[in-house]
Parts: sequence; C-alpha cells; structure tokens
Amino acid sequence: MTFRGVAISLQSVPPERSRGQARLPAQETSAAALRRIGPYLRPYLPQLAVMLTAALVGVAAQLAIPLLIKSVIDGAIAHDRRGLLIALGLAAIGLGTAEAVSNLIRRWVQGSAVTAIEKTIRGDLYAHMQRLHPGFHDSWQSGQLLSRATTDLSAIRRFAGFGIIFFITSVLTFAAVVILLIRLNWWLGLLTGCVFAPVVVVCTRFERRYRVLSRRAQDQQGDLATYIEEAAAGIRVLKALGRRREAGRRHAEGAAGIYRTQVDKARMLGSFYALLDLMPNAVIGMILLLGAFAVGWHELTLGGLVAFITLALQLVWPIEAMGYILASGQEAATAAQRIFELFDTVPAITDGPPAGETATGSAPEAAATPEIPETPETPETLETPETPETPGSPGSPGSPGSSLAGARTSQATGGTQLAFARVAFGYPGADGNVLRDITLSLEPGKTLVLAGATGSGKTTLLQLVPRLADVTAGSIRLDGTDIRDLPLDVLRARVACAFEEPTLFSASVRENVAFGAPEAPSEDIAAALAAAQAEFAYDLPWGLDTRIGEQGMSLSGGQRQRIALARAILSRPDVLLLDDPLSAVDVQTEARATRALARVLTHTTALVVAHRPSTVLLGDTVALLDGGVIAAVGTHSELMASVPAYRDLMTMSDEPGDAKNEPLPRIRAG
Amino acid sequence: MTAQPWRGVAAEQRDEDSAAAALLRSRSRRLLGDLLAGSRGRVALTFALIAIASLAALAGPWLVGIGIDRGIPPLSRDGDTGPLLAVTAAFAVTVVVQAIATRSYIYSMGRLGERVVLDLRKRLFAHFQLMSVSFHDDYTSGRVISRQTSDVDAISALFEDGLDSLVSAVLSLLLVGAGMLLLDWPLGLVVLAGFGPLVWLTAWFRQESAIAYRRGRESIALVIVQFVETMTGIRAVQAFRRQRRNDEIFGELNSGYYDASLRSFRLVAVYAPAITLVGNVITGVVLFYGGLRVIDGDIKVGVLVTFLLYLRRFFDPLQDLAQFYNSFQAAGAALEKISGVLAEPPSVPSPASSVRLPDRSGGGRSVRFAGVTFGYRAESVIDGLDLELPAGQTTALVGTTGAGKTTVARLLARFYDPDEGRVLLDGVDLRDLDDPALRAEVVMITQENFLFSGTIADNIRLGKPTADRAEIESAGRAIGADEFITSLPGGYDADVGKRGGRLSAGQRQLVSFARAFLAAPAVLILDEATSLLDIPAERMVQRALRTMLGERTALIIAHRLSTVEIADRVIVLDGGRIVQDGPPGRLLAASDGRYARMHQSWQSGLA
Ligand SMILES: Nc1ncnc2c1ncn2[C@@H]1O[C@H](COP(=O)(O)OP(=O)(O)OP(=O)(O)O)[C@@H](O)[C@H]1O
Ligand SMILES: Nc1ncnc2c1ncn2[C@@H]1O[C@H](COP(=O)(O)OP(=O)(O)OP(=O)(O)O)[C@@H](O)[C@H]1O
Ligand SMILES: [Mg+2]
Ligand SMILES: [Mg+2]
Repeated sequence: MTFRGVAISLQSVPPERSRGQARLPAQETSAAALRRIGPYLRPYLPQLAVMLTAALVGVAAQLAIPLLIKSVIDGAIAHDRRGLLIALGLAAIGLGTAEAVSNLIRRWVQGSAVTAIEKTIRGDLYAHMQRLHPGFHDSWQSGQLLSRATTDLSAIRRFAGFGIIFFITSVLTFAAVVILLIRLNWWLGLLTGCVFAPVVVVCTRFERRYRVLSRRAQDQQGDLATYIEEAAAGIRVLKALGRRREAGRRHAEGAAGIYRTQVDKARMLGSFYALLDLMPNAVIGMILLLGAFAVGWHELTLGGLVAFITLALQLVWPIEAMGYILASGQEAATAAQRIFELFDTVPAITDGPPAGETATGSAPEAAATPEIPETPETPETLETPETPETPGSPGSPGSPGSSLAGARTSQATGGTQLAFARVAFGYPGADGNVLRDITLSLEPGKTLVLAGATGSGKTTLLQLVPRLADVTAGSIRLDGTDIRDLPLDVLRARVACAFEEPTLFSASVRENVAFGAPEAPSEDIAAALAAAQAEFAYDLPWGLDTRIGEQGMSLSGGQRQRIALARAILSRPDVLLLDDPLSAVDVQTEARATRALARVLTHTTALVVAHRPSTVLLGDTVALLDGGVIAAVGTHSELMASVPAYRDLMTMSDEPGDAKNEPLPRIRAG
Repeated sequence: MTAQPWRGVAAEQRDEDSAAAALLRSRSRRLLGDLLAGSRGRVALTFALIAIASLAALAGPWLVGIGIDRGIPPLSRDGDTGPLLAVTAAFAVTVVVQAIATRSYIYSMGRLGERVVLDLRKRLFAHFQLMSVSFHDDYTSGRVISRQTSDVDAISALFEDGLDSLVSAVLSLLLVGAGMLLLDWPLGLVVLAGFGPLVWLTAWFRQESAIAYRRGRESIALVIVQFVETMTGIRAVQAFRRQRRNDEIFGELNSGYYDASLRSFRLVAVYAPAITLVGNVITGVVLFYGGLRVIDGDIKVGVLVTFLLYLRRFFDPLQDLAQFYNSFQAAGAALEKISGVLAEPPSVPSPASSVRLPDRSGGGRSVRFAGVTFGYRAESVIDGLDLELPAGQTTALVGTTGAGKTTVARLLARFYDPDEGRVLLDGVDLRDLDDPALRAEVVMITQENFLFSGTIADNIRLGKPTADRAEIESAGRAIGADEFITSLPGGYDADVGKRGGRLSAGQRQLVSFARAFLAAPAVLILDEATSLLDIPAERMVQRALRTMLGERTALIIAHRLSTVEIADRVIVLDGGRIVQDGPPGRLLAASDGRYARMHQSWQSGLA
C-alpha cells in the first residue's frame, strides 16, 4: 500500500476536516457500529453472564412483590389471617434483600468490567494514533482526536455499562410482566400489552432524529475543543498581538453553535420523556376503569386489581429504560463510529516485509551495526574531496565530542551509505510534486549540506528518510536497501533527526534528551549535551531532572534547539539529519557547536540543511535545492564560484543596486 | 503524583488539595449562584413546572386509592358507574397535566442549563485569555483544555440528565412524606423511620464520592496532556521510536484514571443497592403493619394501596439520584476546579484605574526600563536593568543564548511584571495601562511562530482585525511573502493546515512577520523574527522594515548580525545585564569589545 493510495482515500473525507463541516456519511447503522465494540466486550463475557444472572434474579424478586401484595389483600386481609400477614411481610423483606444483593453484585462486577473496557479501548486508541503516519495527523485536529478519546469513550462506557444489561432485562421484564398480567386477567393483560406496543414506534422515530442532533453536537464540541486547544497553545502569540477579544469572539461563535444544538436536543428529549410518562399513566387510568368493571363482574379480585396496577407500573421502568437505552445507545453508536473511523485508518507507513534478508535482526540494537555488502548500483555518486573541510582542529582528547566519536570507532570501518534515486514527492491535496527527480548519494561518513530558498523542499526531503512520509516515486536506499524494505524500528534506530522547530515535551530534560533511548546511560547523555553545547541544563534548578514546561517553554529559544540537537545525536545514529540545527543560537555558541558537531559527524553520514554559510561549513559537499530539484552539487567554494543562484543565496551583501539604500555600511567595513 | 521520575521536577505543583474541600464547595456554590443570577425567572419557572409535574404524579396513586375505596363498592353493589367515572376523569386530567409539565420543564431546564454552560464556556475562555503567561507556563495547556472541555461537559451533562431528577426527587420526597402522614400518620411514621439510614447513607456517599470524583478529574487531565502532547509532536515521537515508551507512560496515566473511576463506580455499586434495601424492607413492614391496620379497621384497603404505590414514588427517585449522582458529583468536582481557576487573580493584573497615554506625537513612543529585576524562578534572569529607548529609535538586542533577550522583550510586552523596578511607556508604568491600550501600542512577534488553522489571510489579519483584503495583500507584498503565497493553491485563501503545517518553517515565519507589518504599532518587538529565512528573503524583510519602522520604536532581537544593519543602536546583553551599548559603528571600533568579537565570529562564518 503506497502512501499515495491511502492519502487519496483519506482525502475523499477530510481535507477540510479542520473546518468542521459534515463528516462521515452516516451509512453505518447504529447496530453495526455498536457491534464493533463486541471484541472489547468478549473477554468480559463471564462477567456479563454474572451481571445478567444477578439482574434477572433482581427482576424476579421485584416482580414477586405485587403477587405478595395480592395475597395480602385477598388472603390475609380478606380472611383476617394475621399469621399469614407476618409470613408475607417477612417474605417481602426476604425478596427485597435478594433484590438489593443481586443489584450490588451486578453493579460491582459491572464497574470493574466497564472501566477496564474503557481503559483498554483508550490505550489501544492512543497506541494506534501514535503509529499513524504524520500525514494523517496533519489533516486531523488533535481536538477532534481528543474528543474521541474522552467524550466518545465515556459515551461508550455508559452504554456498555448500563445499556446492554438494561436492554436485556427490560425486554425480559416487559415479557414477564405481560405474561403475569395475562394470567391475572387475560383480556385486560392483552389489552395492556397492546397499548404499550406503539411506544416502540415512538422510540424508533425519536432514535432517528436524536441521532442526527447528537452527532452534530459531538462534532461541534470537537471543533470547539480544537479551537480551545489552539488558543491555549498559541496563547503567547495571541497576547503578543493583543487579540484577546477576537479570540473570544471566535470561541463564542463555536460555543453558541453548541448551545443551539443542545437546546434542540433538550426540546426533543422533553417531548420524548413526556410521551414516555403519558403512555404508562394512560394505561393505569384505563386499568383502573376497566379493572374496576372486571372486579364488579367478579372476573378479578380486589387484590388482583391492586397487583395488576402495581405490576403494570413495573412496565414503566422497562419502557423508560428503553428510552434511556435508545438515547445512550444512539450516542454510543455515534461515538463508536467516530472511534472506529480512527481505528479503520491503517498506518500508511508500515514495516517492510518481515523477510530476514533485509536486516540482520529484528532488534534495533542488532541492526545498528550491520554488516552490509558494499553498495551496488547507486546512481551518480558524488565526488567528495579526500580531506573534508572541517573547521577547527580535530578535537583534543577528552573534549566534549570525543567520547561520542570514540564510541563509534567500532563502526568506523563501515559507515552507512544513503542514496536517493529519482525521488519525487508531493503532499496529498497539493497539486504537483514538491520534490522531483532527486538523485543524490551520500558516501559513508560524509556530510552533505542541503541549501535552498525558503520553501524549496529541504525539510520535505529530510522527512522522507525516517519515513515520516513515503516517496511518491523513486526510492531512498540505506546501504543499498530500499528503506521501505526495512522494519520501521530498525530504520528509525539508524536514522535520527533534529527538526527545524524543536519539538520538546513537558518532562525532565533527561527524558527529553533520552527521548528515543530511555535506557541511555548518563555518560551518553552527558556526551550528547556537551556536543550540542547544552551544558546549561546542569544549571537549571533541578539539573537534568528539571521539568521543562510544555513544548520546552521554560527554556530560551536557543536552549530548546540545543536540547533537540542533543536528542538527535544521543543515539549515535548511522545517519543524522539536521534541519538548520543552529538557527536560534548566537554566533559564538554556533561556532563552538559547529566544531563539536563536526567531530560527531566524522563517522556519521549526515544530511544538514543550512541557510547560512556558517552552517554550510559542516559539510563536505553542498547540494543546492531549487524549486524541488537538485540544481547543483559541489563544494561550497565551487558553487560560490560557478553557481549564481547559490551565490545569491549565501551572500550577505545586498545587490549592487541596493547599495544606496544601505544606511549603515560601516558594519561591513569593520 | 511525583512518583513519575520521567516527568521531572517543576517549581509548582498545581494539583488541587482535597483537604480544602469545604472551602471549595462554597466557592463553587457562589459561582453557580452567579451564573444563575441572570435567569432567576427561568429558574423559578422551571421549579414551578417540576412541582406541578410532581404533584400531578402524586395525585395518581391517591386517585387509584379513592377509586378502589369509593368507585368499586358502588359499582359492585348497584352498578353505579358515576363515582368510578369521575375518579377516572380526574386521573386523566392529572396524566395530561403531568405530560405537559414534564415536557415543559425538561425543555426549560435544558435551556437554562445550556445558557449556564454557554456562559461558563465564555467566561472560562476569556479568563484563560486574560491570565498571564506565567500562569500558563505552569498551568499547562492540557489543564486549560480539560477545564474547558471535559469539566464543562460534566456540568452540561448534569443539566442534561441529572438536575431535574435531583429536584423532582427532593420534591417527591417532601410531597410524598407529607401525603403519607396526611393519609395515615402511624403508617406514615413507619415509612419516615427509613429516613435515618437514608440520610446516613447519603452523607457517607457524598463524602466518599467527592474525593473519588476529584481524583478522577485530576487523572483524566494528565491523560489529556499526554495525549495532546503526543499527537502534537507526532513527528518527533515517530522519528525517535518513542511509541513503546509512550505506551508505557500512557498506560500508567490511563491506569490512574481507571483506578479513580473504578472507585467511584464501586461507591455507587454500594450506595444504590443500599437504598433499594432500605426501601424494600420498609415495603415489607408497610405490607405487614398496614395489613394489620386494615384488618383492625383503622384504614381502608385503598389507603394501603395508595401507600404501596407511594413507596415506589418515594424510593425510585432516590434510585435515580444514585444513578445521576455520578453526573452530579462529576459536575460538582468540575465546578470546584473551574471556580478555582476563575477565582485565580491574574498575576499581571489590570490597573484599578488606568492611566491614559499621552497623545502620540510622532510614530513611536519612548520606552524605559528603570531598575528592572526579574526572574522566572528563584534566581533572577534580569538584574537591575536600566535602559532607555527614545521614541523612533531602532535598537538591536544581541547576546549569547539564554542571556535574557526574550525576557526583556516579554517584560516590555507585559507578559510578566518585573519583580523590582518599572517598565515605562512614554513615562507611564505598564502596570497602570489597561490591556487593550497597551496591546494597541506594543506588539511583539515571538520567537515561536504559531499559526492558527485557517487561511493565510486569517492569520495575517490577526495583526489588525479590521484590515481589509487589500491591506493584507500589500503587507504580504511588502515583506516579500507575496510570491510564495500566490503560488499556493488558493493564494491568500489557502488553508495553512493545523498549526500552519502546510507551510515551510520559513513561510510560517514570513506570515507571522506579515502580522507585525500589518499591526504597525508604536512599539514593535521582533524576537528572532527572521531566523528561519534564507538570506535573500531576510534581505527583503529588512528592506520592508526599513520603510515601515520609520518613526516607530523598535526592539529587534537577532543572532544574525545582518539584522543589526538596520539598527541605530546595539545593546549587548549578558547574564541579564547590559555589557555594551552604543551605535554599531562605535561598538565595532572597540575591537576587543564583546560586540566586535561576536561580529568577528560572524564574519568568519560567512567566509
Ligand atoms: N503538509 C504540507 N502540505 C502541503 N504542502 C506542504 C506541506 N508541508 C510543506 N508544504 C509545501 O512544500 C514546500 C516545501 O516545504 P518545506 O518545508 O520542505 O520547505 P523548506 O525548504 O524546508 O523551507 P524552509 O527553509 O522555510 O524551512 C513549501 O512550498 C510548502 O508550502
Ligand atoms: N518560562 C520560563 N520559566 C523559567 N525559566 C525561563 C523561562 N523562560 C526563560 N527562562 C530562562 O531564563 C533565561 C533567559 O531566557 P531568555 O529566553 O530570555 O533567553 P534569550 O536571551 O532569549 O535566549 P535565546 O537567544 O536562546 O532565545 C534562560 O536561562 C531560560 O532558561
Ligand atoms: Mg524547512
Ligand atoms: Mg530568545
């Protein structure tokens, strides 16, 4: 399955998902949607059985009480038998206790089953979500995902907890009551049963209409949650621009939409519940009238009439329960649809075929030092200069980078070759390809710098290597193996990257640096921090244990970037991808970091995006990306000399024509 | 909660303390009263409707009893249907009244509840927008989100299916109790004896479940934080094979929530059957004692029947309550947290009486830092800073990373208030300006460029909400973003995707920059606003800046010294102190100075 294929199928649903209009056609029936929860319920079948048994015992005890009342009136009272009265009173208490105990058992078991089910689904959902390709997440607001993992899941929990049991017991109660009524008086019983029948029709109509509203409400809530989330994450921007009011207005619009839908829901619920009240009460009235005649005609005893009325009242509960079940079932079905819509999205980027010929082992560690046959047919190998132009001296012993570099000597003989062969890539939904016909080869241990204007596709190219997206055409090879044939874990263990915008998490510094290798020893962490010039971390209030705020917001911009850099080099990857890794640090720190990085890079194959000449110095060769194609490849000085586009991109001075606008020429003079 | 070492240590633990429960409850009551204050009429109407519905519902069993005692005897004696028909007719009337009242109160309650929820949503959102950045720093967006989503939902759910049953249960209890005492007080007293255990049970349940629900809400907030962070940083998660570790962490948090909700389930599992038990025992006793009284001729059969029917009305609503106590408690817990947040005063408060800025003479305003000391935590980041930026001057702020440049900018934008000293705008302390006035004058483009989902035009318009299309496009043109924008499908109406994900990093920065260009405030702060741009694009931006800045006051923070070219003055900051200050030319001349060395490094990087 190619990325493209899935991307297209995804596209038929969302590209405008973020705008919050109509989503899935409601083609799946509620029943079908609910059935899909089945597999999650299956492990709890024994519990369900216990719950059902307990529920039935409870119902039986409940139904027996009206019969006791009949005996009290017709037997004990009519014939003045006080002894019988005591016995009946005790029996009623006994039955009542049985009902309470069975309720206790049912609810207790239900509680553990239902919360466990919710936990399992949520865990599965989270696990599934974090394995879906990033392209999926681009098109889905995390507010929508979140509302599925919380609100929708609780709807399912509510239904799984009460709905199923209530459904079975209420149907059974209904049947049992009608049978008992018929036995008390056949025509009145039959009539009562028939009068209740239309309620089902009412319920079904209600179901259909309520469902539409409840779906709408859920969608609106998801959209509002999305905006709330954005406004929370972007609070600093909103404040910096003073846009409190506008944000409030936009939020209020969403909230008002929810309000309208909810009021519609309340209106509908009001009519429905009123009907649910009206029906049984009308029936009681009818029983009172007709039953009295039956008593008059001696077809029914007085006690029988009372039992009839109390029993008929027992019909109210199943009917009401049906209303609740239908409402919550509707909600749960909608919720289930929304959740399974996510589960049904298959990760477009998956492991290569499991065959053992591609990797030496399944464990990432085993694959981190592979013995790979010298790569055959790689297209157009770059000529790299014999002596890499690394700035600075090659690290004195004991200097920050050396332990990292040293640890890799076992591999120094090997090194990994990375090759792009006629790679093309287009974002789903965008017309045309962002990258076209990219052919590049990075020899083991060499560093290639990728230069290019803003938006030329550098980041896009980088993200293809760890397969955050898959190429649309062509292939990327690691030591001759197509990366799509490698298990994802193996590939991503060998490739590490530092993104242009550091993505940090609200955890300790240590956890953030050891993000990809939680068991990394402290020395490695120290070495990585040193190489990334991030020793400031030790001076934080709790050292490496300091929690850096959300997104690392309690660090300065340059500090964030260096933590992200340390994270990338920690795992000693075979291939290192750095996306403008020093854009947020000052020039002097940059110079130091460049020297330390150069030492790390000596044995690592690296692809580095650079906007500034100073970063270009990290590389052996430079490739110029222009409009999605590789326009030129060569050393920095070669390109400066022969490629005007590159010279333009890398030269600080203004064009000659601009010189007169230049008020402060003294800077260059110095 | 700190048993999770991966989380690290933070300065403040904001998890609410459950010992203060009583205080919290009164605070949430106040909030609720406040929210309902505007709709007193509707509250009264709703209550009246519920009372009518309850009364009508109670009339039913009473009429049944009368029917049995007064309707049936004449019928069986001499076929007189009159009394029976009269009772039945009365019964029919109550049924209809009940149906109408029920329909109306549910709708009315729904509207009332949704009004309250709407109001609450707006208040919360506005409040979070108002709260200072330092509050957000440690409250974290996960909590902000869960307050506004799951907590508000809990309150909404209460109105949707809990509150009316609470009210009608209480009403039924009172009415039925009174009715039974009226009908036959000895038998009535027997029933009311059941009250003792009920009150005790309910008190126990209330206390236990309050704790359980608060734990539940707290643990779900942690789940939400983890969820949102993972999905937002999905690229890092996948690139670093973080999934398995995340599964572990999430499993732990998810289990925490599981434990909390299991506990509350179990509480209901005990409470509800206990109520049933009390009700059933009393039914047995009534059957026995009432039967005796009928045999003794103290009451008629019809009265006993009415009692038996009433018992259901007495205990069934309590059952419902146990059912809905979930949503009730959840809402209570949610309300506690919400009222807690709403009660939190902004640490950057609005002035009691705001001072008006003097009219703007030129395009800019002067800025002065007077003895400013500030730290995020215990140690100070800015230390006794004295700095004067005359109106119209363009100042470049440079220095090593972590020197405190962004902090200076944040103080000027009043994200934080200084611990000591004052920040003055045209001689007015920022603390004396109200927020809209300040924001109209001082605008900052932050180091983190954040785009909202929506179109490019929407995002640029954030700089000036009243801007029309032409202004937006000319801003785009001026900074050289026009070319890439028009090449996008849809141009200025192109959707930027979630957090601007469909644009490249440099393009996002250009869009953020266009906001500043459009806003054109008196004082403009640019924090690394061009760090992600390529050199030609940066040149374009600088050219635009030169024309735009003109008379405005500007503070430009940059590591790329090329940006400094347009500055009149350079300030070198180190460890929160100014180490050099002067026009760039002069600083450059002091060849062993800080700036000159920086410049040298930079020059050598350009080789
Ligand atoms: N998710 C996406 N969907 C659609 N188009 C995208 C997406 N991400 C990027 N693009 C487009 O692809 C092009 C290349 O983007 P990319 O991020 O690779 O640029 P870049 O070379 O890294 O630029 P910069 O130097 O600004 O970081 C841009 O024109 C951008 O608008
Ligand atoms: N929200 C915060 N909470 C706690 N500490 C913070 C916070 N923001 C910044 N700091 C700390 O304050 C110091 C100064 O940070 P600041 O962001 O002002 O630096 P900067 O000069 O802008 O650096 P850079 O060039 O890297 O952006 C740093 O040591 C940083 O760790
Ligand atoms: Mg990029
Ligand atoms: Mg900064």
